[in-house]
Amino acid sequence: MISLTIDGRAVTVPEGGTLLDGCRELGIDTPTLCWAKTLTPVNVCRVCVVELEGSRTLVPSCARKAEAGMVVRTDSPRVQASRKGVLELLASSVDTSTAPTLVAFAKRYGADPLRYGPPAPPATDRDARESGHHHVGSGEVADTVHQPMKVDNGLYVRDYGKCITCYKCVEACGTDAQNTFAIAIAGRGFDARVSTEFDVTLDDSACVYCGNCVQVCPTGALMFKSERDARDAGTWDESQQTTTRTICPFCGVGCTLELTVQDNKILRVMSPPEASVTSGNLCVKGRFGVVHVSETP
Amino acid sequence: MWGSNAREAHPIFFHHVLKGIRHGAKLFVVDPRRTSTAEWADTHLPLNVGTDIELALGVARELIVQGLVDRDFISHATTGYAEFEAHAMPWTLERTSEVTGVTVEAIRALAHAYGRAQRAQICWTLGITEHHNAVDNVLSLIHLALLTGHVGREGSGLNPLRGQNNVQGGGDMGALPHKLPGFQDVEDDEIRGRYEALWGATIPPKKGWHLTQMFEAMGRNELRTVLVMGENPAQSEADVGHARQLLEGLDGLVVMDLFLTRTAKMAHVVLPSAAAWVETEGTVTNSERRVQRCRKALDPPGEAKSDVWILAQLARRLGVDLGEPTGEELWDELRLLSPMHRGMSWSRLEANDGLQWPCPDESHPGTPFLHGRLWERPVSGMLAPFTVVQPEGPVDQLTHEYPIRLTTGRRLDEYNTGVQTNQYRNPMRRRETVDVSPGDARALGLAEGDRARITSRRASVTCLVHVDDGLTPGLAFMTYHDADDVDTNLLTIEAIDPKAGTAEFKATAVRIEREGTHGSPSSERPAHA
Repeated sequence: MISLTIDGRAVTVPEGGTLLDGCRELGIDTPTLCWAKTLTPVNVCRVCVVELEGSRTLVPSCARKAEAGMVVRTDSPRVQASRKGVLELLASSVDTSTAPTLVAFAKRYGADPLRYGPPAPPATDRDARESGHHHVGSGEVADTVHQPMKVDNGLYVRDYGKCITCYKCVEACGTDAQNTFAIAIAGRGFDARVSTEFDVTLDDSACVYCGNCVQVCPTGALMFKSERDARDAGTWDESQQTTTRTICPFCGVGCTLELTVQDNKILRVMSPPEASVTSGNLCVKGRFGVVHVSETP
Repeated sequence: MWGSNAREAHPIFFHHVLKGIRHGAKLFVVDPRRTSTAEWADTHLPLNVGTDIELALGVARELIVQGLVDRDFISHATTGYAEFEAHAMPWTLERTSEVTGVTVEAIRALAHAYGRAQRAQICWTLGITEHHNAVDNVLSLIHLALLTGHVGREGSGLNPLRGQNNVQGGGDMGALPHKLPGFQDVEDDEIRGRYEALWGATIPPKKGWHLTQMFEAMGRNELRTVLVMGENPAQSEADVGHARQLLEGLDGLVVMDLFLTRTAKMAHVVLPSAAAWVETEGTVTNSERRVQRCRKALDPPGEAKSDVWILAQLARRLGVDLGEPTGEELWDELRLLSPMHRGMSWSRLEANDGLQWPCPDESHPGTPFLHGRLWERPVSGMLAPFTVVQPEGPVDQLTHEYPIRLTTGRRLDEYNTGVQTNQYRNPMRRRETVDVSPGDARALGLAEGDRARITSRRASVTCLVHVDDGLTPGLAFMTYHDADDVDTNLLTIEAIDPKAGTAEFKATAVRIEREGTHGSPSSERPAHA
């Protein structure tokens, strides 16, 4: 066990534990967007930063391993200002309409999404931009990542105007779970975006439609088509929904399915990250192939 | 992984394998095809179909002659080693290579890696068991674990990957001709007496028939009425043309199913079932013996009823009142009779991520791996036997007339006869193909997308051609996912393992020809059949 101090309180975390583990142990509510227990930390969203005595810069608590005797502050003005700034940049540049967690964090830290002006009109060329081609804006409007939604299959949609480039989908498609490598980050700086190779449609990519990217997306940029269609039609009604855990009907692995049901129809299939069999991951059959019980062909 | 394409057939299990690979584990894949599983292997061993026993003997001999066996484990925990060693000795690397088609280097690499590993597992699937000598194939793999002591320890073991979500649970619950719930022997008077006492009924004292024997009994006119629950034998049986004839000849065929399957269409009575996994409360048991709760999330459509309700109603018509038991009541009854389930209370199953049997009492945490007793000194209970098994090639032999070996399997996005998976908006859906090697395609004058005629000794079908460079010349592959379009099982042979009752789906002798100019139906049976 490793002993350290966070916000003046002593705490111990197991060997290999992080500052975030220490914060959670003490009940300090620390925001995270790009972190997930089942994924390797990539330190990109910067909303979990904390002040570490002896460190010139703020450090990401999700990835920084705890060391004996560390002195950490999570409530200093510097931490508060940094989190607010990060959330302002995110909330001003993406569509947060299906990202309640991000909106709640922004509110908590007093972030003003309109600080940089009204949002710029959606771009149609984001997928064509190359590194170094991005030009500084006029300052009149806040640049955004808005672009048309990609609907190229019947199972899930990609609405990258809502994407905060947290890398979770890339990690889930890559070495952390699926090892399919259908997507990666293309571009640099503000032009960075999640993309298949050369922005081909999913049908032409390596995608095997496991939906493990959709499962980890924190902003609704990736969404099951059944959910997106219901939301667009105005029929998505969480007060009429039930969530039930059961076991996948296909192979003998025994994956836990978490079904969102409305009007006796399965609208969404997730898997609990804590399930020892799945770690939240499913294959195309468990994720999408179970509608035989609720759809009439 | 031996005879398993887990990357496609057990994708989330394979996530755990991939995690192992990322942490430095070595993967060997024994499979005639270069599957997407094989693409992850350090070494792929593309053996000739049906030469698993020979390959295992070759690996065993190499382990023995290189001193990579665990002599202490063999002497304390096993019997029959001397006979086995003598049996394996002729299988030199060179001879094994010649018979199996696997290179000497690959066989040696597998033997040395397996023998030297601290922990090693052999996982297998239907590539081992869908043969006429399925049990002998499994014994051959067990021998490798017994030689090296890779069994009964954390991280080491023998792992048959179950193909269906409750095939293990069906066995647990006594859906086997010779076992009562909890794998208790039906022919043991004392054991049977316990069940009879609780149930207040007499149980037939002799074991019954398994599926294959039932079809044989239909052929002898001894079985005249059949109740089929959630099975589609009119498309899934080997030599399915013959199976259909037998089903058609029955006095009574009653089918319980979610859908009007091919089998249900042949039935005299169809009883629409609720989907047990999502429209009822109950349990399933997965491949690692984990008993897991299934919960009701949907109301069944129309007149569909749970299997339990239907069976209780049938019982009532037969003069027995079973009431309308809940899933929990049935589970508690099982716990009274099955010692290995006794500790799994309904509330423990609710609270935990399932529990692995055996779990004899409520303080027992469940059992992550079996056969640990083989490491006790002295070993309690029976020692693990080596059994001399003779290699026997596939029943359906290759000849000049039928020169190509057809093997069958699953694809990632489909499942069995497609009853459940032909309904979702699957972007990967493709028409059924016969996959052939580039060399055979050239020799036969076939190109991608052509239509070919595939003929076995039993029947002939046509389908589209896919050229797959993961196949070696002489090997072809089909699935039976799209059985309404391409009736693959008309081709397969009903060569049955006498002990396990499994048919040799993995080894059919066929010839493949470019489909001629005269249009013909997609499937037909030869006049003599």
